[in-house]
Amino acid sequence: MADPELVRYTLDNGLRVVLAPDATAPVVGVSVHYDVGFRSEPEGRTGFAHLFEHLMFQGSESLEKLAHFRHVQSSGGTFNGSTHPDYTDYFEVLPSAALERALFLEADRMRAPKLTAENLANQIDVVKEEIRLNVLNRPYGGFPWITLPPVLYSTFPNAHNGYGGFEDLESATVEDCAAFFDTYYAPANAVLTVAGDFEVGAAKDLIEKHFGDVPHRPAPERPSFAEPLPTTELRGETIDPHAPLPALGIGYRMPDPINDVDSYLAYLVLAGVLTDGDGSRLQQRLVHREPLVVDIGAGAGLFGPFEARDPDTFTITLIHPHEVPREQVLAALDDELEKLAETPPSDEELRKVTARWTASLHSEHDRLVSRTLALGSFELLYGDASLVYRLADRMSAVTAEAVSAAAKALRPDARAVLVVKPASEGNNEQ
Amino acid sequence: MTSATHRSAEEIGRTAQGPRPLPPLGAQRAAADLSHVDTELSNGLRVLAVRKATVPLVEARLWIPFAGDDALHPAIAEVLAETILTGTARRNRIEIDAELALIGGDIGAGVDPERLVLTGSALADKLPTFLDVLGDVLTGATYADDEIAREKERLVERIAVSRTQPRTIAREALQKHRYGDHPATREVPRAEDVAVVTPEQVRALHQASVLPRGAVLVLVGDLDPAAVIGDLEKVLGGWASDRSAVRLPALPDLTGPNVLLVPRAGAVQSQIRLSAQTVPRTDPGYAALQLANLAYGGYFSSRLVENIRENKGYTYSAHSGFEFTDGTAVVNVDADTATDATAPALLETRYELGRLGQVPPTGDELESVRQYAIGSLLTSTSSQAGLAGQVLALASTGLGLEWLNEHPARVAAVTADEVAEAALKFFAPKRFTGVVVGDAEVLERKLLALGDVVVGEPA
Repeated sequence: MADPELVRYTLDNGLRVVLAPDATAPVVGVSVHYDVGFRSEPEGRTGFAHLFEHLMFQGSESLEKLAHFRHVQSSGGTFNGSTHPDYTDYFEVLPSAALERALFLEADRMRAPKLTAENLANQIDVVKEEIRLNVLNRPYGGFPWITLPPVLYSTFPNAHNGYGGFEDLESATVEDCAAFFDTYYAPANAVLTVAGDFEVGAAKDLIEKHFGDVPHRPAPERPSFAEPLPTTELRGETIDPHAPLPALGIGYRMPDPINDVDSYLAYLVLAGVLTDGDGSRLQQRLVHREPLVVDIGAGAGLFGPFEARDPDTFTITLIHPHEVPREQVLAALDDELEKLAETPPSDEELRKVTARWTASLHSEHDRLVSRTLALGSFELLYGDASLVYRLADRMSAVTAEAVSAAAKALRPDARAVLVVKPASEGNNEQ
Repeated sequence: MTSATHRSAEEIGRTAQGPRPLPPLGAQRAAADLSHVDTELSNGLRVLAVRKATVPLVEARLWIPFAGDDALHPAIAEVLAETILTGTARRNRIEIDAELALIGGDIGAGVDPERLVLTGSALADKLPTFLDVLGDVLTGATYADDEIAREKERLVERIAVSRTQPRTIAREALQKHRYGDHPATREVPRAEDVAVVTPEQVRALHQASVLPRGAVLVLVGDLDPAAVIGDLEKVLGGWASDRSAVRLPALPDLTGPNVLLVPRAGAVQSQIRLSAQTVPRTDPGYAALQLANLAYGGYFSSRLVENIRENKGYTYSAHSGFEFTDGTAVVNVDADTATDATAPALLETRYELGRLGQVPPTGDELESVRQYAIGSLLTSTSSQAGLAGQVLALASTGLGLEWLNEHPARVAAVTADEVAEAALKFFAPKRFTGVVVGDAEVLERKLLALGDVVVGEPA
């Protein structure tokens, strides 16, 4: 498929812009990606990046509290934001008549958000409810994205809980918010993406009109979050009071997602060979043939691929019946990985994985919100939004030998195994 | 916290120029009319094929009414849905998966008390292969003994997981409380029922209920609508029966009264689920009702969300929305709240119900929900998958693409009086029944004090 038209440029204040016109439906997507995620939180402030994401919806110089929501929705649009390890995104999808409004809303909070004690206290409550809903009151809540990293990683940025502890959230101050904003929410630390039904020249004018006078502040220096690979198998354990069945989260380190893209892609193909569909290796053996597990999945990234810089995590998660010993599950997994390491996957196995990836990338790009966000995050992390359109071809070029090598690198003596025990199992070792 | 020198929050929140005006909306282009065919195959299957060639894919949705009043029906139906794609006379489970994978395809099956739905997609140039697999499964699923046995085991485990989810517990309690033992309440089968399902029962259910007449197939994507009908006649020609797919008996009208507090010891959060009878999309008053619902809790800028989330922080998400079952509709109000916030959240939720009728949406509120209703229809149908889902929802109540095309005009024509009337009529607090699932030891005294709340397990 030919690359759709893509226009990329940078404003004087350092804001990078990606424009992706497409007139097939009269709607537009607008997103702003800031180059800060929960890995940049200081110790004692776990969950701050996400809490701050909530605050950015609570008003700005021109927009009273709640106005952002009202203006997007009363224009017929939808909005949201999300916090990832290495970036935070904000986005709207609206009928194309509302493009200027969306740009105005994003520019106003980039220029002058209202950070108040009242809004902070309110959003701390809301975030605590979000954590109760998604983690504390739910079986397997936060598994594995919150619970696996502290086993695999040893440094605070990589290991801590990105939702945050209640004590840390409660101790956040308006002063913290001001410092966080001035440090990380500079235009030079952000990417603006507009995709959908608009005319490039007119959009450029509107972007200059609304974002042009956001004052330049330098982008912060980006620290390295690198840490050495594990040299032994790391084990951790958590008791889940709601879980009816035991689970395992297995984490491995991956090649650098940004500087070694093709090796990283080999791990994505490997994930497909292992668990995508009934014909995949682990589904066939662990779910259907033996069967040792109830459900199993493998993939790159804690929330999905292409959302983090190095170090990134390859995860295998599974739920298994009480009566199946976890060591038996791990042995079967290692056996399958060893087979793949010795004998590369067949052509048909690769074609199955890459055809499904091609279709799923098409499907993702067909949803304007996903396309807008993908263009923005690739521009931010990879410095190249157009990579989005070349992923399918790059995936198809991954060789069987590269997949085999990836399987070989998933060594039992350099991984983390998180054991999730139902409360009924307690501390009794199997 | 990070920069050595930073501005204060007050300095950050203002600029020399001061606040700026909100830009007006530009001119809006309407969505292009999509070429489509809406017809019935010779076997009675209604087909809606829509050309939307934004990406080289086709999305497929097959909806088959699938009710049953046998006590074991939910368990047999669930096993059927889990195993319908595990083999035919021509292909075993692995071969079905491989053939679909090689065309970038997927098919999944799901069942509930009302219907069986097959959802799938594939690369557009491989549509013939996709339809061949679909037809093969519909006419030739074999339900091999060993596949049934294995899937039953997995299902039992998965049901155990599902039944620990607060939302599943709350949904089940709501269904029983409002509909007693109507078949519609049996959404998650009992593990002990699944355990005794036999392959013969599953095959018999397929014979009796996987039927084209009364069912709907929606295809949306990079396809030729007229040509695809001919292909379907060939592929699905062998799928035939004189009988029609089995529809759910009508649900009784909801009349209240009390909200049931269902104890869940030690829960850190409660599920509030309220529900009242409304009217379906086919009703002339639906557009006004839709706008009243949006103003109440149907979108983020609604009264309910602003009250209990944005002003009071009682909940992460509060929402009201319609649930359409066959020819009927109810409105459901959902919020999950911390135990301590539950009683005040229920109070505010009811307060906003009452206020919607007594202090109906203002001009600004009305214009906001009107634009949202029109605009969100535009954005939600801008992708193939979104459009396929929307068309299926319409088709399952007998409507077609015309409804979708005409709805913006209906919404535009709704008057403030009509919305006020719908608010007063359908959102009156006394019309709502429901459940609160939570830590009764802490909640009981305060909830009972609010009135119209009783404690107990659902019938």
